[in-house]
Amino acid sequence: MKSTFKKTSIYLLAVISSIIFTSCNEDLEERNNEFQALNPISQDEEAGAWKTFLLTSPNEYSLDAPIASNSPAFTREINEIKSFQANITAEQQRIIRYWSVGGVLRWNEIMRALVAKHNRPPYQNPDGTYPTPSAANPFANPEFPFSSPPYAARAYAYVSAAQHDALVATWFYKKQFSRIAPFTQDNALQVLVPKSTLPSYPSEDGAICGVTVELLKLLFPTEIAFIQEKAAEHQLYRIIAGANVRSDVDAGITLGKKIAAKFIARASSDGAGAAIGTPAQWAQLENETIAKGETPWKSLELPARPPMLPFFGKVKSFIMTPEMVIANRPVPPPSTKSDLFKKELAEIKSISQNQTRRNMEIVTFWADGIGTYTPPGHWNAIAAESFVKLNYSEVRWARNMALLNIAMMDAAISCWDAKYAYYNPRPTQIDPSIKTNTGVPNFPAYVSGHSTFSAAASTVLSHLIPSKKTSFEAMAKEASESRMLGCIHYRSDCEKGMELGQKVGNLTVQRAKTDGAE
Amino acid sequence: MKNKYLLGLLLAPLFLFSQTETDGLFMSKNYFCFGTVYQHNSWNEYWEGDFKRENLNLGTVYSSSLAVMGNYGLTKKLNVLISLPYVKTKASAGTLAGQEGVQDLTLSLKHLTFKRKINRTAYTVYTVLGLSTPLSDYAADFLPLSIGAKSKTATLRLIADYQNKRFFTTFSAAYVKRASIEIDRNSYFTTKPYYTNRVDMPDVINVNYKIGYRTNTLIAEASLENMVTQSGGFDITSNNMPFPSNTMNALRTGVFTKYSPKQNPRLSFLAGCNYTLNGRNVGQTTSIYGGLFYILNFNKKQS
Repeated sequence: MKSTFKKTSIYLLAVISSIIFTSCNEDLEERNNEFQALNPISQDEEAGAWKTFLLTSPNEYSLDAPIASNSPAFTREINEIKSFQANITAEQQRIIRYWSVGGVLRWNEIMRALVAKHNRPPYQNPDGTYPTPSAANPFANPEFPFSSPPYAARAYAYVSAAQHDALVATWFYKKQFSRIAPFTQDNALQVLVPKSTLPSYPSEDGAICGVTVELLKLLFPTEIAFIQEKAAEHQLYRIIAGANVRSDVDAGITLGKKIAAKFIARASSDGAGAAIGTPAQWAQLENETIAKGETPWKSLELPARPPMLPFFGKVKSFIMTPEMVIANRPVPPPSTKSDLFKKELAEIKSISQNQTRRNMEIVTFWADGIGTYTPPGHWNAIAAESFVKLNYSEVRWARNMALLNIAMMDAAISCWDAKYAYYNPRPTQIDPSIKTNTGVPNFPAYVSGHSTFSAAASTVLSHLIPSKKTSFEAMAKEASESRMLGCIHYRSDCEKGMELGQKVGNLTVQRAKTDGAE
Repeated sequence: MKNKYLLGLLLAPLFLFSQTETDGLFMSKNYFCFGTVYQHNSWNEYWEGDFKRENLNLGTVYSSSLAVMGNYGLTKKLNVLISLPYVKTKASAGTLAGQEGVQDLTLSLKHLTFKRKINRTAYTVYTVLGLSTPLSDYAADFLPLSIGAKSKTATLRLIADYQNKRFFTTFSAAYVKRASIEIDRNSYFTTKPYYTNRVDMPDVINVNYKIGYRTNTLIAEASLENMVTQSGGFDITSNNMPFPSNTMNALRTGVFTKYSPKQNPRLSFLAGCNYTLNGRNVGQTTSIYGGLFYILNFNKKQS
């Protein structure tokens, strides 16, 4: 009897523990690992005539003519492909699987990762002041950049717009030179990715690499080694896969680099460097608000942190003139002395006292705060996961990403303009008993950045994919409302932010209708 | 003689979840010990990686829990233990809202694997298999104010207990397997981006050493515990909030006492405190706790 018990219980323990301890090795299913190799429905053969953002014409930057595809030099290039394929490694196959999903998409993902990694506010000095990241000295503490939402919105826009212009130029030269692809020249050549019917010189992947690497070096200077590693993979993938010969890729890189220089020159003088302001300017913002008889915004962080990029509203847009920014500026927020303000504050207080698990879920889903790819990054992820199902050509991928990101950069410019024109306080500043479900952003409340970004993004995406309009609009609305549920914004911030976002989104939509791609 | 010794053990009830799994105590067959423990924890400094810092936007972070617990002697060799805490958190500064709710149910089987008594020295080995699961849908991704990590866990622990007259030493080591969790975001960045709402949780090894005095009426002990997160965790990134899958290591020391009045040996009171000596991605926590337990005998009344 005794030994039966002993045996039974030991057996029981052993069985249960072996089941648990051996069966728990899970593999996470990541959505971006499920994407299929890009196989465009349309090659957009006329894209060389699409309207560009900065280039005055698609051939503003020259490109040398390629070597002939029936030349011995071209045969040697094909031999390079064959020699790679003869000894292909598992790692090379992984690189092909990863990159064949599309260069614009993968670089967009890489950029989201860089934004998330660098989206960290500096830690305070011992005296309670904060050090400032410096582009001139990016490795100092704190590292440059702090990729806050406005910084990120601008970065996504520059990279996307530059990729777009580089690919329009690429399509232009593809048509001009009409050099056939290696697999067309040599029927025996294996191609490990879907074949494109486009001429292969210059390589679109080379152009994406060339332009993106140069811009990312500017935007994320501490990451150059990582960026170069990714670029080397991307270039190698095209050759091993048999999609391009090396001279296709090299020409794309050369072209991409030339075009990047134009965007870099613009970025260096677009006003972003001065957006941080000076202590005297910060004090002036406060004094001007007091002079108007209003309660000025105060940092709720301890120690108090200077306001985030107060002059970002003056950054040069790709679409809007400075006059348009002022013209679109929302009406002033309810005065902190008004009944409407008291009502809106009471609404947030009531939410804070009646929090639900569902509220928390919505707030967290859309928070996109410190250490994340920011709200513009979230909309890039939403867009990418929608675009990937539509099998766009690389040039259309770039164009649609550029429209989205230029709209969100304009959202950042217009929203930051409003925030610092009115410099109004967050709910918790007026009533410290209002506790929040997410961190309080370190800038004025009116209008809500999430609302502006989301409405701008959903307006553009609804134009690009009309069948998903309802879904994009519902997401934008939820993202906007999440800021009230998190108790960090008033209703006016969110509603006026949505209106502003729709306005700037529509400016981009107007351009989309006339850029030659629709 | 043997029965008398066992009686001494069974009257010594469990207390904290961690302690019940690590102690050298055992209920006799058909005895049921149940009770409640209140615990209060606080910290105002924490380790961000190996950088020890304060955070004025949190001030002091408090958590308190009220747990109900039970331990039933299923057979002479097997105890089944259960515990369920209600947890409440709060930060003294900053704007973040404290959280509260029912946390994780833990069910453990404790097996008396080996026992030998030579003269007045007893050597005992227990094997404990514990399973835990969150009982409410709390938010794990709101650290440091989340009420728990929300991971289902399985723990295998070996306990070696040595008692000589009234003095004892207990050493135990556990491997905690943690299942991946679901968070409210569908993408997050640790040291790389993830496009999923699931988070892999690193496993944990926990070793615990106790030394002290133990009789039927009084236990007094000192303990040293080391919790080490296994591979897969990462450090809190600079000036960021913690994430559920951070590496969380802690070296803790504590004292504990339990008293059962001679007049009513079924009743016991306990109290103790713990202090975190060193850690990684955890607060430097001071904990105090106190509890009350009672033992029921479900054996048929005999002599």
